[in-house]
Amino acid sequence: MVKEIIISGFGGQGVLSMGKILAYSGLMEDKEVSWFPSYGPEQRGGTANVTVILSDERISSPIVNHFDIVIALNQPSLVKFENTVKPGGILIYDPSGIVHLPERKDISIYTVAATDEASSLRNSKLMNMIVLGGLLKVVPIVKLENVMKGLKKSLPERHHHLLPGNEKAITRGMEIIQPLG
Amino acid sequence: MTEFQDIVLMKGNEAIAYAAIRIGVDGYFGYPITPQSEIMETLMNEAPWTTTGMVVLQAESEIAAINMVYGGAACGKAVMTSSSSPGISLKQEGISYLAGAELPCLIVNVMRGGPGLGTIQPSQSDYFQAVKGGGHGDYRLITLAPASVQEMADFVDLGLQLAFKYNNPAMILADGVIGQMMEKVKLPAYRRRRTEAEIREQCPWATLGKPATRKPNIITSLELDSVIMEQNNLRFQAKYAEITKTEVRYETIDAEDADYILVAFGAMARICQKAKDLAREQGIKVGIFRPITLWPFPSTAIDSFSAQVKGFLTVEMNAGQMVEDVRLAVNGKVPVEYYGRLGGVVPTPQEVYNALVAKFNLPN
Repeated sequence: MVKEIIISGFGGQGVLSMGKILAYSGLMEDKEVSWFPSYGPEQRGGTANVTVILSDERISSPIVNHFDIVIALNQPSLVKFENTVKPGGILIYDPSGIVHLPERKDISIYTVAATDEASSLRNSKLMNMIVLGGLLKVVPIVKLENVMKGLKKSLPERHHHLLPGNEKAITRGMEIIQPLG
Repeated sequence: MTEFQDIVLMKGNEAIAYAAIRIGVDGYFGYPITPQSEIMETLMNEAPWTTTGMVVLQAESEIAAINMVYGGAACGKAVMTSSSSPGISLKQEGISYLAGAELPCLIVNVMRGGPGLGTIQPSQSDYFQAVKGGGHGDYRLITLAPASVQEMADFVDLGLQLAFKYNNPAMILADGVIGQMMEKVKLPAYRRRRTEAEIREQCPWATLGKPATRKPNIITSLELDSVIMEQNNLRFQAKYAEITKTEVRYETIDAEDADYILVAFGAMARICQKAKDLAREQGIKVGIFRPITLWPFPSTAIDSFSAQVKGFLTVEMNAGQMVEDVRLAVNGKVPVEYYGRLGGVVPTPQEVYNALVAKFNLPN
């Protein structure tokens, strides 16, 4: 098994953290993992993205052209990465602020209204966890218990009281993700 | 100090910091610059001065930092600095002095695109600077090129071991990809810092205070008598010849039956592995040759494939630097081509594959 994933959105949406939690979760399942961020100046207000690879075998390149799963959390990311989904692959996006819908017919497309859901939970910081929940519903690449273990590991102890809220957000994401159309 | 399980997930830059603490480095002197600032950030967070006694100091500039390294090294301490390309340029005078004074130390360069201030994105365009000189004078820098976070951790120890074995500066020449990416790493075991008595014994040349029983130790790169300076240079050259004979390191992947070999170092070697897989899927027998020591360069090992392959493709994140050394090694026996991207752009596996097909007119 190898899953090549890119998560892309605005700086501040928690794109890099979401990738980190996914990578930690993979580590908990004894998978090979790589996490490569865009670390450029574009992170200030522009787009940020992170490539996460989870694999049963040693990972060669941390940088790839095409992805099994693309998660686009804003319009520029959707435009930039729609064509990088492998045929038969998966595109997940947050419909908030999306004007130009994806056009590919050879891939599975899902929407997860994470931005809206996070504001109804009154915590915009949970947005990325809702997306992660959606992803795990569509592709159960890692078990929820391992995500929680990974989350625990990547969060400093002073933030551990936030874990139940995060778990709830992941579960909510699993409930609200839906196929496009 | 943070205690870890055996296997942890971290960035290459962080791995360098944790490895330095664990293997008993005495001092780190640096000045922040992207994409390697996590090295000093991690050291500052871990505060090893409260545990192992390791000094971590943010100097007022890169030049100050390398000269602090000179001072620490002259006392026989295991000391290091790190920076990225523009900052490494500033350190070149100090590096030449360290080489001339035959002092061991470790310098980490997490390369970004140049020239000048350039960009902060990954690059490998300081190859020439690291292996052909950089500073003035006939000196050589032991240069290690990590291709994984694991090697970032491992080469801190290896670099310092080699530096002390030969009384010569060593460099980890990494790139922004390896510095910024996270993957699994097994950190080295804890080893306490050497005591002053141990340093006195292992480094009798160190300037740790002169007992009445011996003459003063003098550490300098200056020698005004050119005849003596020539002798010094000949001693350096003999040392470099010994390093070239003994310390070459490289890795090959699927090279045994290869018709074409991709030669690449650092992150580029990882990307080339994926390109190799793409080629093998098309029935093109491609292998990888990855120099681990860029100096000493694995010339003989590369040339040993000249009789077997139809050609080499050197892939670099620069305008073609290492390709010159590959061409010298192969000496015209088979074509040695180059492919690369510049200024911080990282070639993708598909681009490398396309370049291979185009350069050697292969059926696509």
